[in-house]
Amino acid sequence: MRIGVFVCHCGSNIAGTVDVVSVAEAARLFPDVVFSTDEVYTCSEPGQKAIRDAIREHRLDGVVVASCSPRMHENTFRRAIEKAGLNRYMLEMANIREHVSWIGKDKEKNTFKSTELVLMAVEKLRKNRPLVAKSFDINKTVMVLGGGVAGIQAALDCADGGLDVILVERESTIGGTMAKLDKTFPTVDCSTCILGPKMVDVSQHPNITLMTSSEIEAVSGYVGNFDVTVRKRATYVNNELCTGCGLCSEKCPSKKAPDRFNEAVGNTTAINIPFPQAIPKKASIDPEHCIKFTKGKCGVCAKVCPTGAVNYEQQDELTEVKVGAVITATGFSLFDHTRLEQYGGGRYPDVITSLQYERMLSASGPTGGHIKRPSDGREPKNVVFIQCVGSRDKSVDRPYCSGFCCMYTAKQAILTKDHLPDSQSYVFYMDIRAPGKQYDEFTRRAMEEYGARYVRGRVSMIYPRDGSLVVRGADTLAGTQMEVDADLVVLAVGAESGKGAPQLAEKLRISYDRYGFFLEGHPKLRPVETNTAGIFLAGACQGPKDIPSSVGQGSAAAAKVLTMFSKDKLESDPAVAQVNQRRCVGCLKCVRTCPFGAIKEIEARDGSTKAEVIDTVCQGCGICSVTCPHGAIQLSHFTDNQILAEVDALCLSWMDENFA
Amino acid sequence: MSLMKIPYYPGCSQTGSAREYDMCTRECMAGLGIELLEIDDWSCCGSTPAHTVDHSLAAALSARNLERVEAMGHKRVTTPCPSCLTNLKTAEHRLSRKDFREKTNQLLDRPYEGGVTTKSVLQIIFEDYGVEALKARAVKKLKGLSLAPYYGCIMNRPPEIMRFDHHENPVAMDKIVEALGAEAAPFPLKVECCGAAYGVPRSDVTARLTARLLDAVEDCGADAVVTACPLCHMNLDLRQSQVNRKQRRGFNIPILYITQVIGLALDIAPEKLGMDLHAVDPRPLLKKLEGGE
Repeated sequence: MRIGVFVCHCGSNIAGTVDVVSVAEAARLFPDVVFSTDEVYTCSEPGQKAIRDAIREHRLDGVVVASCSPRMHENTFRRAIEKAGLNRYMLEMANIREHVSWIGKDKEKNTFKSTELVLMAVEKLRKNRPLVAKSFDINKTVMVLGGGVAGIQAALDCADGGLDVILVERESTIGGTMAKLDKTFPTVDCSTCILGPKMVDVSQHPNITLMTSSEIEAVSGYVGNFDVTVRKRATYVNNELCTGCGLCSEKCPSKKAPDRFNEAVGNTTAINIPFPQAIPKKASIDPEHCIKFTKGKCGVCAKVCPTGAVNYEQQDELTEVKVGAVITATGFSLFDHTRLEQYGGGRYPDVITSLQYERMLSASGPTGGHIKRPSDGREPKNVVFIQCVGSRDKSVDRPYCSGFCCMYTAKQAILTKDHLPDSQSYVFYMDIRAPGKQYDEFTRRAMEEYGARYVRGRVSMIYPRDGSLVVRGADTLAGTQMEVDADLVVLAVGAESGKGAPQLAEKLRISYDRYGFFLEGHPKLRPVETNTAGIFLAGACQGPKDIPSSVGQGSAAAAKVLTMFSKDKLESDPAVAQVNQRRCVGCLKCVRTCPFGAIKEIEARDGSTKAEVIDTVCQGCGICSVTCPHGAIQLSHFTDNQILAEVDALCLSWMDENFA
Repeated sequence: MSLMKIPYYPGCSQTGSAREYDMCTRECMAGLGIELLEIDDWSCCGSTPAHTVDHSLAAALSARNLERVEAMGHKRVTTPCPSCLTNLKTAEHRLSRKDFREKTNQLLDRPYEGGVTTKSVLQIIFEDYGVEALKARAVKKLKGLSLAPYYGCIMNRPPEIMRFDHHENPVAMDKIVEALGAEAAPFPLKVECCGAAYGVPRSDVTARLTARLLDAVEDCGADAVVTACPLCHMNLDLRQSQVNRKQRRGFNIPILYITQVIGLALDIAPEKLGMDLHAVDPRPLLKKLEGGE
């Protein structure tokens, strides 16, 4: 074998703390190495050209690149050697940046470790064999999880691009958080008026199948061929018969059900349609508050329904669907302000959340667009907004900035003045974070044109006095304490990951951070991909996001899916497990340990039981190969012999020195 | 129930200005069947002055007492005073760091290596004795009495060290008061500062802060305040007439210790509980209680 070694400087990233020239020199003495050099930027075009030229000139049949993590550039270099006629699996990388230069300062030790890593890579490469990818058919249907604005955008873009789309929504209507907003910043245009038409487009698009009141039960399969089980919760109303006339809700005698759409500002009926623009506009029953379910008798809705759509016997339904890609757009939830006892912990009715205030401002909301104190229905005069409630607060384990609260608070201060010209708004803030287009100008308008008084400081406590609330805080610019007599306090609650987000991530086999937000493939370069092929992200499920960013990501995720589906077949990674049928005794331990269901039981020609790997499903994790008691399973590209060659390279010389 | 024995650290205030707090604590705990073993030769925890000058010195003053507890063969100690509590607990917390422990032990004749847990008398009653047991023990229900539970600023703070109740909305005394048959008034300024030691150099500050507390007590319609802190008690009770003078007010609100309130429910004579040692006369309140039965 003829091996070439390329040691990268990575500018000063590696060369700063590793003597790359002597690493390259040392590599020349390693077995089968016929060429070795160092390059300033191996990943650059001149660097890649040097590899291609060396392959031709020195008739190399394997290449070792000592540079960064393979997660960064393995594909780059695989393509480079492929261009020069080598099989892409005849490449090995030694990670001397993340594993050496970035973590150690001692140049001598770093150089020694780098040399050892290069030797390991050379020894592994000597055992490498060319591998060829197989191609497989794909199902060009995409599933979008979540019907908020990000999911709606992704679904519409995919559908317009000619794909079949299944949009799965947990609630009985699509619209998400945006449907609950009154106005949007910084344009102060009506949220429903810009979202509503898109919701209608979803319902009318011939390529989109909408599944509401539905959640993912299980996911199996792999990119291009996922099998998804969807559970549709019983709503006790037949959507095909329901016309959305609303008669059932009008006549329902149970009027004390908490109004979830209106953030529990006011109550609703046990059977209801969440809001007039709901898509689909279908009624559903809340069984916890329905008299028929709690007491066993009533049935008014069934009697009045003109189409006989109400069915108390309805059960959850499980549906199996096959899709080729999944876009996760499950959104976020809000910080629970009752955790903060200093703000009353939910004990004071006139301390409300920003989203409750939003419903109060909305003309179609529970108060008909009038701002009223929940305690006595009076119009407030002094309205205090407190920002960063559950954001940038380590004491409640929410150290991150939610990003949009500064903006919606400015919007709410402006709307307050519009609704109540005699009112005075106070905003307690930590910093104003308004980096979007027209955003900072907007917050200045709230202060300068609408007279909102911005106080820089935190609020230490809220307590009731004489029918109003005393808000006590610091004015850190004036260096004083400050007390405001408030009639209404609005808490700018921060964003948290969606309810059940980690559980969904486990089903989809994607990563999530410690706060439950889904992890993108790369924080800068792969913002809507995940590390699981075929699963994409859009919107606030990846991290707090405002509407423009969510829409942007919805379109971006759709573009990624359309790109992937522009091919008719996908290539599978050949680095998968293989069963040596002659050594397999059919114990099937591997079948039980495989987390992907990629190993099946087969009957051999002599009638004995054997295991067989399904190439396209196998993710190459290697669990089966260490489980197999007979060593009958080998993971291609990571065989026992290849791994042992690396271990020997590292340990044998050390053993010789110490025990010889 | 089995007799509980626990070393007792009274704290200096309880031998002077707040000696009634010591009296009622001993009476109350005896009434509950909890035996307090006063630490032999205990000394001052250093209070506020020590830790404002030197953390090691402050820790050494507390560690000396904690070492005495260990010498008694115990691993727990209780004190009625939140300030002593803070010092003892903070010392224990800081002494978990080796370098700090070594530095501190240089100041001590007998080194202390850590391991004694300090709980307030309130915490012992609330957590170890339990509200249900208290309810069963209370022979004289305090019906018709509305009490404003006032915790002060340091009983529950910082939460990482004190580890008792909630630091913004504590409820231990509320629950105790309710268990004894009285009403816990919805007093909103539970953890507000009373002015603390500012009573000496800046009595105007204390007067202003205390007046705000007493205003809120009147607002919520309470008959009296119940507290577990001798300094809070001093500012609210002893300085109440000063507040009235400086703020031109006419407050006349009795300030009771939680252990006095429990003592009353155990039918212990008010004099034994030191009720006659308060500046604001609690007798009208006691009459109301008698009349209410």
